[in-house]
Amino acid sequence: MTTPLAVENPVIRRQTQTGDIVARWVVTLFAATILLLTVLVVYQLWATSAPSRHKSGFGFLFSSQWNPVTEEFGALPFIYGTVVTSVLALLISVPLGLGAAVFLAELAPARLSSSLTFLVELLAAIPSVIYGLLALFTVVPLMRLYVEPFLKSALGFLPLFKGPAYGVGFLTAGIVLSFMTLPFIVSVSRESLLAVPREQREAALALGATRWETTWKVVIPYAKLGIFGSIFLSLARALGETMAVTMVIGNDPKISASLLASGYSIAAVIANEFTEATGTIYPAALVELGLVLFCLTIIINGAARLMIMATTGKGSKRA
Amino acid sequence: MVTTNMKTLSLALAGLLLGSATVAMAQQKINAAGATFPAAIYQKWFEEFHKLHPDVEINYQSIGSGGGIAQLTGGTVDFGASDMPMTDDQLSKLKVRAFHFPTVLGAVVPTYNIPGVVADLKFSPETLAAIFLGTITKWNDPRLVKDNPGITLPKDDIVVVHRSDGSGTSFVWTDYLSKVSPEWKSKVGANTSVSWPVGLGGRGNEGVAGLVKQTPDSIGYVELFWAAQNKVTIGLVKNSSGVFVKADVESVTEAAAGAAKDMPADFRISITNAPGKKAFPISSFTYLLIPSQIPDAAKSKAIVAFLQWMLADGQKYAAGLYYAPLPKEVVAKEIKQIAQINAPGAQAGQPKKK
Amino acid sequence: MSKRLIWRKGVNAVMLTLTGVFTVITVATLFLILGYLVYYGGRSLDWNFFTRLPLAAGEEGGGMANAILGSLEIVGMAGLVGLPVGFLAGVYLSEFEDKWFGSLVRYVADLLNGIPSIVVGLLAWSLLVVPMKQFSAVAGSIALSVMLIPVVARQTEQFLREVPNSLREGALALGASKWRMIATVAVPAGSKGILTGMILGMARIAGESAPLLFTAFNNQFWSGGIAQPTASLPVMIYFRALSGYEDWHRQAWAAGLVLIAVVLTANILARLVLARGVSVPRG
Repeated sequence: MTTPLAVENPVIRRQTQTGDIVARWVVTLFAATILLLTVLVVYQLWATSAPSRHKSGFGFLFSSQWNPVTEEFGALPFIYGTVVTSVLALLISVPLGLGAAVFLAELAPARLSSSLTFLVELLAAIPSVIYGLLALFTVVPLMRLYVEPFLKSALGFLPLFKGPAYGVGFLTAGIVLSFMTLPFIVSVSRESLLAVPREQREAALALGATRWETTWKVVIPYAKLGIFGSIFLSLARALGETMAVTMVIGNDPKISASLLASGYSIAAVIANEFTEATGTIYPAALVELGLVLFCLTIIINGAARLMIMATTGKGSKRA
Repeated sequence: MVTTNMKTLSLALAGLLLGSATVAMAQQKINAAGATFPAAIYQKWFEEFHKLHPDVEINYQSIGSGGGIAQLTGGTVDFGASDMPMTDDQLSKLKVRAFHFPTVLGAVVPTYNIPGVVADLKFSPETLAAIFLGTITKWNDPRLVKDNPGITLPKDDIVVVHRSDGSGTSFVWTDYLSKVSPEWKSKVGANTSVSWPVGLGGRGNEGVAGLVKQTPDSIGYVELFWAAQNKVTIGLVKNSSGVFVKADVESVTEAAAGAAKDMPADFRISITNAPGKKAFPISSFTYLLIPSQIPDAAKSKAIVAFLQWMLADGQKYAAGLYYAPLPKEVVAKEIKQIAQINAPGAQAGQPKKK
Repeated sequence: MSKRLIWRKGVNAVMLTLTGVFTVITVATLFLILGYLVYYGGRSLDWNFFTRLPLAAGEEGGGMANAILGSLEIVGMAGLVGLPVGFLAGVYLSEFEDKWFGSLVRYVADLLNGIPSIVVGLLAWSLLVVPMKQFSAVAGSIALSVMLIPVVARQTEQFLREVPNSLREGALALGASKWRMIATVAVPAGSKGILTGMILGMARIAGESAPLLFTAFNNQFWSGGIAQPTASLPVMIYFRALSGYEDWHRQAWAAGLVLIAVVLTANILARLVLARGVSVPRG
């Protein structure tokens, strides 16, 4: 057997080895920038929020004061608003998205399924500010004129639906967010469902189950890790949404039981108040809010990725 | 194939950047930010000034008075704008002492959107305070009815709209409410950003005007220009002489009439609830915050030229945009202050850091 | 047929129909959004929009020419930084990955992807705006590039992995060094997908507004250079939509239409490049 020329000729061997070593170091360096950037984000958030952290300590997370005049800041109303709108969004988009995913994975013929999935994925590409634009001019009037008055008349005895119908507020923000998270639920769930081995379905059908029963009792439970992963991913995205939420949430840092009331989210208050934060504590408090949001999304994203990796077996395809 | 396209693209991009940089170098670029209250006339002024001096571009972003003060303090803008005069505490945080230059006078008016009510409502100070405190919740409250005989007010809930951003307009409004309502003063106080007891937040004067326009049964407060522009209904307010006055150039000028005499050297003054039968009680000066030392000679020249133009020709644009021009005595004092920019010893007299 | 069977068949029919309905709702949302934008935006698009600068409040006839150019500038610069970094990181993940380091980078890249855009804006603000004492296009670009890098890295890795190993081994057997093999065989083989990932990444950052709010800020005039505040389409849409003027609302719609046209065209193009039913990892 003839040995390759590269191995025979020591000059070429040295050159290629050097080239490879350089190449390896270059790409490793660039890969390391990803780690560096993440560390940088954490460090900068931590350092820049120092004045506020030193002043309020852990109490920051539990205080509902937001007073730039007396420089007392608390994160609670914003955490509340962020969580409420995101949970509301998921309450709507999970059944909707899972249902669509089932249709696309189990029922639709392959070509229809890919075309429709493609369209759903286009929905994910729409910028947040455009969702906000549409929400402001189409959803808000709809909510104020029809939906909210209807809810008040039908369910007004519940504390959830008390108060005037502004059109903006937790409910509207939640609904807008649900449409923004929908495409993620659909595509990741669909993939998880497709990853379920065919034998599982056939076994169930052979035992006499209907298509729906097969899906509900066999396929979905089998894919549940991936589905949960998609839910968590969407939750993480909803928590961090800025533009669409800030345009329809009402911008009022108050905790309220009513969904019709206006509120505030972490991302929205940073977007609104950052350029006017005077002094040292005020901007630091906003950065601290950013740190809280960052931690929240990292934890949820981290858990989501692990779940998805477990089902589809490869590294997450979802970027 | 891919590489050639990428090469062309990067070449084009480089050309674009180089081109814009070259154009940029010929221009004097000045960045400013601040109040939305006078934004209409400021934008007009900077546009007109640019026409007269094409090499000077003053980029003004109306992000609210709080933003103007914050960005000036952070040094990210060349000058700021605010309806609220800076407090001693804020001034002490500045690295370079800043001058207040009053530019125009404006009014903050209550604006409302009540379906079926097209007449001008009358508001007395106590009623306004109560509405914004949340103690008056319905439009047909007896106190409102008393001030507005003959107008049928609905029994709907009042939707209060206030500013969500740090606003000089908010300062003027809360300053007035603090003067006329001890309860407001102790519970909320006066500032660009306060803890509002009730209401929705709108961003900028435009945001509040927009929200009021879109929300039935709402009441908010906006600067007069924005109210006129958006064609929203504005109310009359009872002044300190007991007369219900509508805000316009005359009533605002009337409010400033006494101020010219009492004007302190640094121009920081509040004229809310001013005396005078025809005075509109919620009027205010608005200020440009100019650093006392501007190191860049070309920038300094441009800013000084603008200030001089503003105090002379600029004032002619005021009335057309529903602002009142400055009293002549104030203009004379300001011209003297311009000479102090970049003058030696300008740092003296800065309020001490606490 | 027993009652139970009828019930089960009924449930089956209802639920399956429901899934179809949900799919229709989901897809219909896309068409609704596009429809509104085309209708309202189309009515507001005019020559002024593309050629004129914004005018003072209340004056009609202004445009967003500076914002369009500003967006091109900011996104272009972000690409200059983000695309090579992301690409090379992706090459590492696919070709060179070392045991735990590679998995760590991959995992962290996915986490970086999920960072809220406003937090990225805070990062760029603290790193660039504060020391420079200036809002600038370059600060905005850095923020956007931080968002671009993980997307491009993972997409590059994905498509490089799909290149069959036989191609690699063939090149190596012929005596090519590893880096030469990557540069001349693996990357060109996966170039379609890699390019797709880049286009999708750029389209995504082109629509971002939050990271620019306090980095590139805004400008009435043409951008004064990379170290000056610069207008951008997404930021203008935000400010104009929140204002009280009909004219500015119209401009917001027009800008929305332009933005979505660019973003969706890029997305459609990218996916068509990868046609033939290959399952495309989303960006």
